[in-house]
Amino acid sequence: MGSVYRARDLHFPNVTKLVAVKEMMNNSPDPLVRKTIIQNFEREANILVTLNHIAIPQIFDFFSIDERSYLVLEYIHGKDLEALLVENNGPMPEDNVLSWAIELCDVLEYLHSHQPEPIIFRDMKPSNVMINQQGKVVLVDFGIAKNFRTGQKGTMIGTEGYSPPEQYRGEATPAADVYALGATLHHLLTNRDPRIEAPFSFSERKIRLLNPRVSLELELCIDTALQYNPEDRFKTIADMKAALLSTAKKTGALSRMPLTRNNEIQSVKPLWTFKCEDEIRGSVTHENGKIFSGCYDNNLYVLDAADGSFLWKFATFGGIVGKPVIFENNVFLGSEDKKLYCLSTRTGKESWTFQADAPIRSTVKIAEGHVFFGSDDGFLYAVNILSNRLTWRIDSGAAIRTTPFITKDNIYFGNEYGDFFCLDFSGHVKWRFKTKKAITSSPIVENGIVFFASVDSNFYALDAKSGWVVWRFRMEKGSVSSPAKSDNYVVFGSADNHIYCLDAGNGKEFWRYKTDHQVSGSPIIHNNFVYCGSADGTLYCLELKNGHERWKFKTNDVITGTPTIANEILYFGSSDHLIYALYA
Amino acid sequence: MVDFLKKIFGNKKKSADINIETAPLTEDQLRYVTKEELVVTPSQLLVGIGQSVGRQREINEDSIFYFNSVYANSANDVSFGVFIVADGMGGHEFGEVASQVASKTLGEYIIQKFYSPLFNPNSSIPPQESIQEIIEKGIKLAQNAVILKAPGGGTTITVGLILGDQITIGHVGDSRLYFVYPDGRFEAKTNDHTFVRRLIDLGQITEAEAKDHPNKNVLYRALGQSEPFRPDLTNLTIPKPGYIMLCSDGLWGVVGEDELFRLITSAENPSIICSKMVDAANKAGGPDNISVILIKTI
Repeated sequence: MGSVYRARDLHFPNVTKLVAVKEMMNNSPDPLVRKTIIQNFEREANILVTLNHIAIPQIFDFFSIDERSYLVLEYIHGKDLEALLVENNGPMPEDNVLSWAIELCDVLEYLHSHQPEPIIFRDMKPSNVMINQQGKVVLVDFGIAKNFRTGQKGTMIGTEGYSPPEQYRGEATPAADVYALGATLHHLLTNRDPRIEAPFSFSERKIRLLNPRVSLELELCIDTALQYNPEDRFKTIADMKAALLSTAKKTGALSRMPLTRNNEIQSVKPLWTFKCEDEIRGSVTHENGKIFSGCYDNNLYVLDAADGSFLWKFATFGGIVGKPVIFENNVFLGSEDKKLYCLSTRTGKESWTFQADAPIRSTVKIAEGHVFFGSDDGFLYAVNILSNRLTWRIDSGAAIRTTPFITKDNIYFGNEYGDFFCLDFSGHVKWRFKTKKAITSSPIVENGIVFFASVDSNFYALDAKSGWVVWRFRMEKGSVSSPAKSDNYVVFGSADNHIYCLDAGNGKEFWRYKTDHQVSGSPIIHNNFVYCGSADGTLYCLELKNGHERWKFKTNDVITGTPTIANEILYFGSSDHLIYALYA
Repeated sequence: MVDFLKKIFGNKKKSADINIETAPLTEDQLRYVTKEELVVTPSQLLVGIGQSVGRQREINEDSIFYFNSVYANSANDVSFGVFIVADGMGGHEFGEVASQVASKTLGEYIIQKFYSPLFNPNSSIPPQESIQEIIEKGIKLAQNAVILKAPGGGTTITVGLILGDQITIGHVGDSRLYFVYPDGRFEAKTNDHTFVRRLIDLGQITEAEAKDHPNKNVLYRALGQSEPFRPDLTNLTIPKPGYIMLCSDGLWGVVGEDELFRLITSAENPSIICSKMVDAANKAGGPDNISVILIKTI
């Protein structure tokens, strides 16, 4: 397109008078097009030179030489809104955006009321709004260099994400500037560039969902400006300015009180609770009307799922952190006392045990007549259920705290050193993948892709056959949370306090939900809702599609385990020593 | 019981024969219906390509690139392929240069990244970046190349990177990638970045109105523009058995899906099928350049 130079006007040799010189390249191969461009340029310059508004830079001169045309303008000291947004690395504060919006309405109103013909700016976007040293807006780039590029047989390459639908039909009315201003404000308040998204998709990115600090009035105002049909928007820019002014008055009066969500914290009442003698760090299991949960008091508790009444408990000699697994009337669990226990669910008595060399802090997996589990001794064990004997064990080099995932042919797991393994059923390593920090998150494998998180702040999607990374997603901090998947949604938590929901096909973020502390527990998905506990002690229920909070329930200590749902009742344990049952 | 005996010993009484001839099934359909599982190992990709300037354009501004490789040793087979179609626009040769430079830049970058992991006998360390990051970076480089070498020109680009049973698709524009299943399912796996497609999705116009829309071919996203953009990226499991087809709008916009399916299942050899598809597009008027890659998965 062309460069903008900072130049010195030598008509004033004794002082430094700065001007901006905008150079416009005119290198269309077609000489007729070239001529038309120069004519348009000169015509527009003639209009602009008559304008007089504090938000419009003065034009001092214009001329054309060879294939280039030049505009000499007032030099604006400052930065444009696109640069400021990048610098801010996040949405702009509402107060600033509101005051800029009102000033922009002012200058647009001036342009629209130009005689004999209204001037439609047509190019409102953050990079065309500069903020000068006095903090005031200045509109730059009056589209003088703008060119529609036509290809053969009318195949056009379209324009940017701030333009309204009717503009590419060639219709430019004042309503187009209203839309473009709305689009600009939307970008500033959400930090989502509309050019990267599908056109006219603003309604899919509700401002207050992306930036809850924005006032409802301002969101409504911008939504009106962004209506698809011009007749549904503000009739004039003056109307929009009036709406913005009234918003400013309202939010000014409301002061800085954060909008409180309707307090649903204690409106969710548990169906029952059960108190153990120590923290419940692991996850609970439901089977046949009974709830099984390990506790840090060394016991496995078995309760009646309907009313939480105590049925029996089994004492091991170490804390139980994994999730109990039920298989054929036996419950399997590992304990920090280094043993794998197999207990009868009917009698509550020990059927057999298997001894590892170090605490077992992960959950077992049962497949192919074997119990697979990892231990802090670095080994992945395969123990035959019938004979209770070791079939094989593989040394992974570091403590294994993840639950292995078993597919038809392979076993997948990670360790605390950051290594991820794919083994076949005879214990041979098919491939391994290295991350830079521990993998405590348990993997899931679906549709040929392995999903898991690492403490190295990445969430990985690997090709299950080769171990190559198909995509990865960067969080702000590491994660020990295991993912849950439903259709093409994959959900997991992170130490950066968020619960994330990504597109399983490409790692694109659908939404993220901020809790008040690390999310080290793992979510489950049921009926299009996500249930997940956080270290802030709260169990959250969010909508899978958009991350809206449906309800939340506060316990008195961190939640690190994964909840389970049976018959529409949600069961989970908390470090406050209680096992909870809530209506899902 | 009586009927059974009659059948064995019985008089050949002439019953009213109804003579209806149904259309013969193609080989693929027959195989699918009779459930004769034709299992061929190791897994392979058979590729054919077709291209034509069409009947109404003077020059061809489309580009095709593909690279297909297999390493097999019965323990771990790695099949790897890159398939690219780019449809250039801009007139005055810029379209031609744009699609050529984009497809070559992207193809070269991907192969360069995968070359060592695939072919180096001493080490098979997978690439550092994820597959999607490589494709995204490759498309960005292609964008830069188009701006540099064909200023004022533009191009679409659609790439399918197949690794084993997974395909990662990168896409900008209105060329398309389809999954075709032997049972007749014909599914586009890319979204057209055209204004009319967007208007249809928003419910503003119907498919029928789109056909005659004055801005039918306007793209809101293509390589060569100065505005920021992001390619669509996704990872899917390939149809097996089945076909994957990449083509420019000179094919999909001219020949219907039913006809394309018929042609695809009319021959065994993908190259011959592509040739037939190109002929069909030309017979229908050939208003645009035609490019197609057909991959048969076995």
